[in-house]
Amino acid sequence: MSSTVIVINLFALSCLIFAFVKDRGKAKKSLAVAVKAFFRILPMVFIIIVLIGLLLAFVPPDEISGFIGEQAGFGGILAVAVLGAVLYIPALISFPLAGSLLQSGASISAVAAFITTLTMVGIFTLPLEIRELGKKLAFLRNGLSFIIAIGVALIMGVIL
Amino acid sequence: MMIDSVKKQDGKKQRRVLIRGYAISAVVLIAAAIILWIFPDKTELATTTARNYFLEMIKILPAVMVIMGLFSVFISKKQVVKYMGKSSGVKGILLAIFFGALPTGPLYIAFPLAVALRKKGASVSNIVIFLSAWACIKIPQELIELQFMGIKFMAARLVLTIIFMVIMGLFIERTIEWTDNRRIGVSQEVEK
Repeated sequence: MSSTVIVINLFALSCLIFAFVKDRGKAKKSLAVAVKAFFRILPMVFIIIVLIGLLLAFVPPDEISGFIGEQAGFGGILAVAVLGAVLYIPALISFPLAGSLLQSGASISAVAAFITTLTMVGIFTLPLEIRELGKKLAFLRNGLSFIIAIGVALIMGVIL
Repeated sequence: MMIDSVKKQDGKKQRRVLIRGYAISAVVLIAAAIILWIFPDKTELATTTARNYFLEMIKILPAVMVIMGLFSVFISKKQVVKYMGKSSGVKGILLAIFFGALPTGPLYIAFPLAVALRKKGASVSNIVIFLSAWACIKIPQELIELQFMGIKFMAARLVLTIIFMVIMGLFIERTIEWTDNRRIGVSQEVEK
């Protein structure tokens, strides 16, 4: 078992023990919330994992890297950034997908751009954001987040 | 009584969403099985890949959910508003990042919370930082990113995003102040 798995599980376990010591009732309630959330996200995990299996089996790596690999350049990064901004995939299940893309020839920049716009820019939630926070703030935040995502992606491509 | 019936309806709706999720995943599984039945030479690669990714996920998903559950129950929205509302400067920025990163639900919950924070006196920059942290560097997300992308990727993206989101927050604050001031100036001139 990898150290990441051990660290994450130990962290969860110590939080849980601390919670039970502090407030039994609340800790039990948290566990109920966790179980519910787990079963809510599980079908999405199944779907994304089946798609990853098919993706890696059917799409040859050089095809993926042609679209969003090192040689695809800035256009590829921009394309996946737009895709990330438009799509509405829960961030939690986007990481296995991103990992599989990286494994099959996508560049670090493209994957970083995808994850960052997916989480920070929300075309899907934009109407709600405008209603709550106003047009100016919502457009500025989403627009600048998109530019930031590209910036973060390009820097990561250079340093990693 | 009324609250009870609302709760019941809520539960029903949740159950329907849950059932729909499993139904869709069943359809996807069946479709995948049919595709692999047509292309038997791809079956082994597809199933091994899927199994490996599933194992990687299931080793950490329960733990991540427990962490999310704990934070959402133990840290109330009231506490977030109380601590973030009045803090400013570097402390305000750090608190915005901290409270944003705590695992407490999807982004659409954060919008009304941001409005409440604004009313309590939090600055525009801290609200933007809070929203960005909420969207992008939530602790459960970082844990899963660590698992699938490795520590280098996760740490680099985390640090870069934090730096840029602080700059963006300050920039948006200046921009909004500047345009608001200009508008006030214009309307005063009109009144004259």
